[in-house]
Amino acid sequence: MAKKLPEVEVVLVGFGWTASIIAQELTDAGMQVLALERGGWRDTVPDFSVTHIQDELRYAVRKEIFEQTRRQTLTFRNRVDQLALPMRQLGSFLPASGVGGAGVHWNGQNWRFLPTDFVIRTQTEQRYGKKMIPDDMTIQDWGVTYDELEPYYDKFEYLCGISGQAGNIGGQIQPGGNPFEGPRKRGYPLPPLKRSAATVLFDKAAREVGLHPFPAPAANTSEPYLNPLGVQMGQCTYCGYCEWFGCANYSKASPQSTILPVLLKKPNFSFRTHCAVTRVNTDGTGKRATGVTYVDQDGKEFDQPARMVVLCAFAHHNVHLLLVSKIGTPYDPASGQGVVGRNYAYQLSSSVNITCKDLLNPFMGAGALGQVVDDFNGDNFDHTGKGFIAGGYIALWNTGGRPILQEYLPKGSPKWGSGWKKAVHEDYLYSTHMQCHGAVMSYRDNYLDLDPTWKDEYGNPLLRLTFTFGQNEHAMSKFLTDQATRIAQAIPNRGINSKPREGDYSIVPYQTTHNTGGAAMGNDPRTSFVNRYLQSWDVPNLWVMGSTVFPQNAGYNPTGTVGALAFWAAAAMKRYVRDPQPLVQV
Amino acid sequence: MSSDGLVDGAWPAFSSSRRTFLIGVAALSSSLVLPGCGRSEVAAASTAPAFFTSDERSFVRAVVARLIPQDDLGPGALQANVDVFIDAQLAGPFGQATGQYMSAPFHLGAKEQGYQLPFTPAQVYRLCVPRVNKHCRDKHGVPFAQLNEQQQDQMLHDLQDGKIDLGEIPATNFFGLLWQNTKEGFFADPIYGGNRDFAGWKLIGYPGPRYNYINEIEQYGQPYKQPYASLAGRDPVMCRLSDSPTGKFHGPGCEHGELPAKQGYESLTTTTGRVYPAGHL
Repeated sequence: MAKKLPEVEVVLVGFGWTASIIAQELTDAGMQVLALERGGWRDTVPDFSVTHIQDELRYAVRKEIFEQTRRQTLTFRNRVDQLALPMRQLGSFLPASGVGGAGVHWNGQNWRFLPTDFVIRTQTEQRYGKKMIPDDMTIQDWGVTYDELEPYYDKFEYLCGISGQAGNIGGQIQPGGNPFEGPRKRGYPLPPLKRSAATVLFDKAAREVGLHPFPAPAANTSEPYLNPLGVQMGQCTYCGYCEWFGCANYSKASPQSTILPVLLKKPNFSFRTHCAVTRVNTDGTGKRATGVTYVDQDGKEFDQPARMVVLCAFAHHNVHLLLVSKIGTPYDPASGQGVVGRNYAYQLSSSVNITCKDLLNPFMGAGALGQVVDDFNGDNFDHTGKGFIAGGYIALWNTGGRPILQEYLPKGSPKWGSGWKKAVHEDYLYSTHMQCHGAVMSYRDNYLDLDPTWKDEYGNPLLRLTFTFGQNEHAMSKFLTDQATRIAQAIPNRGINSKPREGDYSIVPYQTTHNTGGAAMGNDPRTSFVNRYLQSWDVPNLWVMGSTVFPQNAGYNPTGTVGALAFWAAAAMKRYVRDPQPLVQV
Repeated sequence: MSSDGLVDGAWPAFSSSRRTFLIGVAALSSSLVLPGCGRSEVAAASTAPAFFTSDERSFVRAVVARLIPQDDLGPGALQANVDVFIDAQLAGPFGQATGQYMSAPFHLGAKEQGYQLPFTPAQVYRLCVPRVNKHCRDKHGVPFAQLNEQQQDQMLHDLQDGKIDLGEIPATNFFGLLWQNTKEGFFADPIYGGNRDFAGWKLIGYPGPRYNYINEIEQYGQPYKQPYASLAGRDPVMCRLSDSPTGKFHGPGCEHGELPAKQGYESLTTTTGRVYPAGHL
């Protein structure tokens, strides 16, 4: 029997980026907030210290800081007629565990989505006609526009100390920035990072083929930075251990390095670690959340009442909680009805390896140190006759040259033996690769529901993922990979290896942890679980954060938009608390 | 981040059990002096294997010597103590797949659905080594370790191409694990017992986990000349009992090849399974 605890005003499920933002904003407004985190407490010292954090085997290969599949996983299949099987080993994506969430282990590649991304259906139909969108493609407008989100993007960028070069300030195109970006009110808080040898080569080659390269916006600080909350960050040292590691140097924006030093001092904020939320509870009407049930590390169950519940867990877990809590109508691909689990999407990445003639020293890098072209992202180019919609960026990221996993050999190199040895000996210091980072649209048959067979450690059914890439994605990816190859050919090289991603989606090789959808936002409760403020249509005191609410994915890394949406939702929550009604009336 | 260059089908994470320390076998062997600790010579491990039987050890030593051979470019995996690394890994949470979802039922699925066998990496080695050796005996009359180099290479190619029947475990799977672990042991920080004398990093020119390239990153075309570095020795207190219930250890390493005395730890269990009570390090 669950032990009943005293009621709090707001309970947050998870304690990563979105929970930290919501907590900071709502406690500023005088509310009492509690965060429940299934993982442990972590901080820069001692958990990310340079005494041990730069350990590729421990963190990148053995994946020590991620949620273990034993604890939480899902089942997976490409198509509805297959038997979904458990994801027994981590691979394609890496959900976090512990305070700070994925904000601890991300690279810091921090983007705004394009204005057209938020109105993709309207934009596509107006520019190309309704026939451009296949019948089984279930994309929709977000319900929020770029212009509405702009102040909140700005807020997240200044919180994090983003290093970058603005491309469009108030409609004025800025030299050296991304000319395709939506207008911003002001530039980035910090100048771009220093460039590595490989990014200099990419920049020159991209210009030569007529494209518009710019330094990627980075949540790695190019200079010391004092953020608006008064939290001090240090200059990035280009040590090359960002992705899958915590930052030892207070240089990569994370909840720990930007918010927690302020938040944790507040008397109206508290958090509990090792508390796995297993249910969102509702009253007899099903229209009001009454709190959550969680299990602590000793297996004891607690009932935590709250006047407001905000789901801030990883994208999959938010959907899993809604399904096991029987909140909202589960999506049914046969009828196309229902919203919980609908419009799951992902990212389609491909790559081009280049063995350069110049010495690159690839180990000097940072997670978001890169040069990028955005010429083929979103609707930045004419798709007429291309056979697909949307797009992606092409980047040369120089994240660090960690030797176990980063092997970019020319095509046909031996896989082992003296030949392999000779290849890595000759090529490691000269090799790099470009990434094509493509959007994935949502489809009728790509969705999340509950598995009928396998259970988690609490006896709940595992989440079941049914997903593969569509024809649109493959056509887009081939186009992007061809463009990247064109850039690569303009770099003085000894070999190029273009690697388009082909065939069905596989859960085995790491791709990105940019899992999206399942509780989409929108303007129509028949096709969205939350309204444009991220408030549940069905249960108005329940809110859902994170990429869970993306109706389809764009061609960018999600964190910038996730952060902006959290600030946007927090502003709405403050209005809701004064007048607790649905913020959008149907 | 890109998927490119990553190990397909990589084996999963470990999670340490509560209040247990896990450190590389090398860091505890008193006969070893770790690179980065002031001396460059590293003695061969003299301790008994933590996991391998005698046959398994012979097999793995022979395999890694062919996967990354000693040649005119320098030491190979055997000289880099990669077999010591693999032994320690299989005895530890990686080998035991402690973090892995192992609930039945088990079904073989499409390749896109990933690993579905009910075996841990340690079990895969235990089951496959005698089967490969039997195959070698049937074909050549001797176990793998006693084949000549050409026969060994052919046998490894046959494993890689799935041409050898290993029962319920596909040969490609076992080969993938052997290659993955060999590469890990060659390129992982020497604190884990392999990459002896920085053999792997010296081969490619990776300087190790260095902390600051602010002054060098824009010196395009210039070789980086600082000495090779390891995590070993960075933390004067070798490991710390975390408050975290995952029992994370902090800063495996050593100072001058010796382990400092500790206070306040309940116990320390190495990957060899040895338990060091508090204050007895």
